[in-house]
Amino acid sequence: MSANIHETDVVIIGAGPVGLFAVFELGLLGLKTHLVDILDRPGGQCAELYPEKPIYDIPAIPVCTGQELTDKLMEQIAPFEPVFHYQEMAEKLERLPDDRWRLTTDQGVVIDATVVVVAAGGGSFVPKKPHLAGLETYEDSSVHYAVRKMDAFRDKKIVIAGGGDSALDWALNLQPLAKRVTLVHHRDGFRAAPASVERMRGLVAEGAMDFEIAQLVSLDGVDGKLGKVNIKSKTEGEGSIEADALLPFFGLTMKLGPIADFGLNLHENLIPVDTEKFESSTPTIFAIGDINTYPGKLKLILSGFHEGALMAQAAFAYCRPGERLRFQYTTSSSDLQKKLGVR
Amino acid sequence: MKVLVTDLDGKVHEIEGKSGWTLMEVIRDAGLPIKAECGGACACATCHVYVDDDWMDASGERSEEEEDMIDLALEVEDTSRLSCQIEMSDSLDGLKVRLARDAVL
Repeated sequence: MSANIHETDVVIIGAGPVGLFAVFELGLLGLKTHLVDILDRPGGQCAELYPEKPIYDIPAIPVCTGQELTDKLMEQIAPFEPVFHYQEMAEKLERLPDDRWRLTTDQGVVIDATVVVVAAGGGSFVPKKPHLAGLETYEDSSVHYAVRKMDAFRDKKIVIAGGGDSALDWALNLQPLAKRVTLVHHRDGFRAAPASVERMRGLVAEGAMDFEIAQLVSLDGVDGKLGKVNIKSKTEGEGSIEADALLPFFGLTMKLGPIADFGLNLHENLIPVDTEKFESSTPTIFAIGDINTYPGKLKLILSGFHEGALMAQAAFAYCRPGERLRFQYTTSSSDLQKKLGVR
Repeated sequence: MKVLVTDLDGKVHEIEGKSGWTLMEVIRDAGLPIKAECGGACACATCHVYVDDDWMDASGERSEEEEDMIDLALEVEDTSRLSCQIEMSDSLDGLKVRLARDAVL
């Protein structure tokens, strides 16, 4: 058995607001948590979609942004020292001989836990893929949705598609070492930072880079190796760009992903749970927040908070069999206040 | 108030519009498939539709925020709009739109 297997009471899949608050409710009961999230930071949809958008329906907080809510939750759960595994996709869930669970991520992190809490919202945030015939055949070799090693693009002819910061930043960063960089975007305007756009335009003016106002149409290549990216421009018509690699940056979309293969009962990509414990049909696996469904379900953050509180009670019984759980208030309990580090 | 929505298979659905609602909400409420992942905050581009040429004027222009967000849409046309940014009103009775692939798949 590998030495770097993490042991914990509860592993939470998803570090969105509901997963974060679950750490709090579990922490008050003395349960330790690990969290796995595909993003590189906490907050889930609040971080990815709404960092600067206002949220008006958190009790007692008339308005806050997604980022502010995330920051406050992180502050609130800090005393419980949750362990975060970012940029990891929960890939495999196995039952261990002692009835605990072993969760393995796509990056090889292994976490053993008594209880699994799926707080995965709308699923994993994964790159949005352009609708191009045969795209998948190039994905291992020539089409990339992220740059892991810049050197892999040295002396390559690269087409970068998109108009946001990812597209512009990578066009600028790869330009010095690539053989040629062509940026393809549907308009002559960009949502990316103006300074990056200026730098890009400068390089294009110098002839050091190309920019096409066009859409991706199709790909040509042999044996999974890209040769050409075909484009269509409103003014210039159809054209094609010689390319060894294509980097499409059209943001992220939510996909349920490997959770679908965890052997859980699913209803339209949601996990049915009871409303006493928010437990799935598989004992010791719970689902809270947007990913679950039950009669009357509302996809609200506050509902997810409530679900987490009730889940924690049931999780305690599994993690501490035979121990009695005493219901306490944070306002008056010295035990809880010690856990919170305020006493 | 009627809205005619063409799905990915080319089938036209006549659905009931509601003044003050966004087009995205009307489509979603009618049970048609539309991802609208951010729920209507102009933060994701997964409620992408194409507005029929005849309805381009009545449906208004993209705001700057919408223009930026459409950068994340696929297969963008001149008629591309984010349906969460079109507010229904009597002047849009009979509106015709087509769902974009990235709003559904």
